[in-house]
Amino acid sequence: MQVDLAVIGGGPAGLAAAVAAREAGIEDIIILEREESLGGILNQCIHNGFGLHTFKEELTGPEYAGRYINKVMEAAIPYRLNTMVLSISPDKKIIASSGQGLLELEAKAVILAMGCRERPRGALNIPGGRPVGIYTAGTAQHFVNIKGYMPGKEVVILGSGDIGLIMARRMTLEGARVKAVIELMPYSGGLNRNIVQCLDDYGIPLRLSHTITEIIGKERVEAVKAARVDENRRPIYETEETISCDTLLLSVGLLPENELSKEAGVKLSPVTGGPLVGDNLQTNMEGVFACGNVLHVHDLVDFVSEESEQAGRNAAKYIQGSSRAGKGIEIEATGGIRYCVPASIDPVSMEESLSLRFRVGDVYKNSSIALYLDENRVINKKRPILTPGEMETLILKKEWFAKYPNTKKIILKLETKE
Amino acid sequence: MYDVAIIGAGVIGSAIARELSRFKLKILVLEKETDVASGTSKANSGIVHAGFDAEPDSLKARYNIAGQKMFDALSEELDFPFKRCGSIVAAFSSDELPKLEELKTQGENNGLNDLKIIGRDELLRLEPNMGKKAIGALFAPSGGIVCPYEMTIAFAENAAENGVEFLFECPVENAVKTKDGFLLKTGLGEFNTKILINAAGLFSDQVNNWLSENKIKIIPRKGEYCLFDKTEGALVGHTLFQLPTKMGKGVLLSPTVDGNLLAGPTSTDIEDKANVATTREGLEEVLAKSGLYTGGLPLSKIITAFAGLRAHSITDDFIIGEAEDVKGLINVSGIESPGLTSAPAIAKHVAGLAAEMTAADKNESFKPRRKGIPRFRHMSTDERKALIAKSPDYGQIVCRCETVTKGEILDAMRAPLGAKNLDAVKRRTRMGMGRCQAGFCSMRVLDIVSEELGIPIDQVTKFGGNTRLLIEKNKATI
Repeated sequence: MQVDLAVIGGGPAGLAAAVAAREAGIEDIIILEREESLGGILNQCIHNGFGLHTFKEELTGPEYAGRYINKVMEAAIPYRLNTMVLSISPDKKIIASSGQGLLELEAKAVILAMGCRERPRGALNIPGGRPVGIYTAGTAQHFVNIKGYMPGKEVVILGSGDIGLIMARRMTLEGARVKAVIELMPYSGGLNRNIVQCLDDYGIPLRLSHTITEIIGKERVEAVKAARVDENRRPIYETEETISCDTLLLSVGLLPENELSKEAGVKLSPVTGGPLVGDNLQTNMEGVFACGNVLHVHDLVDFVSEESEQAGRNAAKYIQGSSRAGKGIEIEATGGIRYCVPASIDPVSMEESLSLRFRVGDVYKNSSIALYLDENRVINKKRPILTPGEMETLILKKEWFAKYPNTKKIILKLETKE
Repeated sequence: MYDVAIIGAGVIGSAIARELSRFKLKILVLEKETDVASGTSKANSGIVHAGFDAEPDSLKARYNIAGQKMFDALSEELDFPFKRCGSIVAAFSSDELPKLEELKTQGENNGLNDLKIIGRDELLRLEPNMGKKAIGALFAPSGGIVCPYEMTIAFAENAAENGVEFLFECPVENAVKTKDGFLLKTGLGEFNTKILINAAGLFSDQVNNWLSENKIKIIPRKGEYCLFDKTEGALVGHTLFQLPTKMGKGVLLSPTVDGNLLAGPTSTDIEDKANVATTREGLEEVLAKSGLYTGGLPLSKIITAFAGLRAHSITDDFIIGEAEDVKGLINVSGIESPGLTSAPAIAKHVAGLAAEMTAADKNESFKPRRKGIPRFRHMSTDERKALIAKSPDYGQIVCRCETVTKGEILDAMRAPLGAKNLDAVKRRTRMGMGRCQAGFCSMRVLDIVSEELGIPIDQVTKFGGNTRLLIEKNKATI
């Protein structure tokens, strides 16, 4: 079966990308979603705070997803549910499995929107028992918000990223006692508003610069041991203390889910674990685009939607035959900037105005974000505070390349007033 | 009255049960956990040892060599994964080289004739990722890798299909000698049997010591492991060993038959037979020692760690045979490494013994072949289409990391001795064994198990006992 555009994943990224591609004129689209409904992870994010940028409203996750699902329905964009993509070949042949059988598709363009998965206990290699009661925060969120059941009553949470913070509040609201949120770094990885609204408001202690060194329990979790860490984030075992609990939730990292991308020949960034893309969000494989958490882990779904709309528009352009002449200029992310998406810019083909999204690798106070085209600084934005937990955006204008036409290097870095 | 009762449904008890079912006997297997392979049989290296490591003239040597040869036929007959990938014992310094020669000689004394001492060049040809420090090795082409719990399940299912009864969550609390055999007092009532086969693993000393004056002592010897993502499964192609010490074969590095990379085990004697926790020191030791082979390991690719307890007899060898002072009690005790390899040969021997003792006739309707659950993940596109055509449940992928379908999960519960909890489903299907460690599929499998077994979702357990996943409804305590 042939299709113009195959969108892998029907969460916020896939939905926005599909709608944007349709609006750009592509009729023949199919969204492939492995869950039994569209909406992705938003379906279980029943707290509000979504859509401040996109809709100027504070929606819950399902409400935000619902806005895009409605657009898909109104536009009658075809989609398949309970359909898991098994493979994507480098020539964009897709095999997906569902109860109806194997679906074999040949797509002109593919948009990768598979989202990400959570890092489990095993990947941290925390010693101890392997009792029941250890879950990643997202898994626990599904139990509580979708199934309506509590996985435990006395909870310790490792990781102060947003999911951990949200679940601290969630579990408390449903009757559990959250004894502590343990965070390895000297700062929290989540949005500041979540620390206030999820921990402070509930009197849940946040232990910064701590980690979990052991899990105790044979059948059920009985306790965890937590210890302070030194400046190299290594546990100081003399400070180990035992916290009794029956549940350990882990919010220790989201990993873009790129197993399929690898199979398709897509080159990944070693920093983000997501595909390396140009300003049109195309990967190194022609006609294969990426957006959303599979590309890099976002904090705000609003930016996922923005980014995915961009991917949809560009996939449409590709299908409609506009090709890209030159090679892109790589963006060098340095001096405190961990990574930048996109990884390269084509000044000839780029849109008039392009969002650069990036994260810093540490907490920086009173610094400036600077963007250089060769030695020419085109952006100098002062920021009182920059943290790894909050993705930053800069707007890059195409007209700057007209001003500096022979640009060979693009450098994004932090500068401090020293 | 049973003809034969077997205590323990690990690989030994299950293999014996299967071999015994070739005879017309009333056989009962008593297992204290919820499933077969719940003890040491699910937490070991999964190695089929060539047999150079066992002391000549020991029972370990005899059964290792005999058992090892049986795996090709058995794995095909009973449909469990096995691969004869070969074993390499690496030497890291010149004074280890004579010890390799000693091992080779020992192996030849045990009956192996294909052992080779190889130099660094040949070693690098066999293992391109071998690190700088390895200077030579002993190569044993007949070594292999197997899935120890799938093997156990295969034996047990075949035994059940051939008439053997299995009782789970049935701990044996005492055994007394009677006129006609033995009276077993269990958590599920009393059973009488003519012959008693003690395959109780870590607790086989206890069973023997209820009945015999010749006491057995089993020391739980813990081994810890780290398991790496399948992306690292081709880092090495053979099972890599270091030189053995008296605590065991040492920390090895091996592909698993399912395509992961396994490092371990350590070897530490402990007291508590129920302590299978991993330890900080143990995991550090695993990684330090297994890192010697390739000069480093992809630590960010560890997906899980686990520990198992070897049932080490203080006599340092297997204890197999009728107790001298208790007629009808057959002990199969102290089955530590090379126990897994030896299992098929031990089973044949013990079954033969019991059959003799009961003058049993052959079971004319014995069915030797067993087909396991279809493995969607290994199938071609055409095979998958055919499978889904049989039932749409095979088209629904539930475990994305290991590509396990709903159909397979249902099969796991519908098979003989079907799975009753998540870990039992996991061992039969690989659901939950991938890089996300059941993060994605737990909730889905909970629904499927709850529906299939007809139990409320909050009664589904991880492995029986006090291991329910869902404790109570939201706001129950408010």
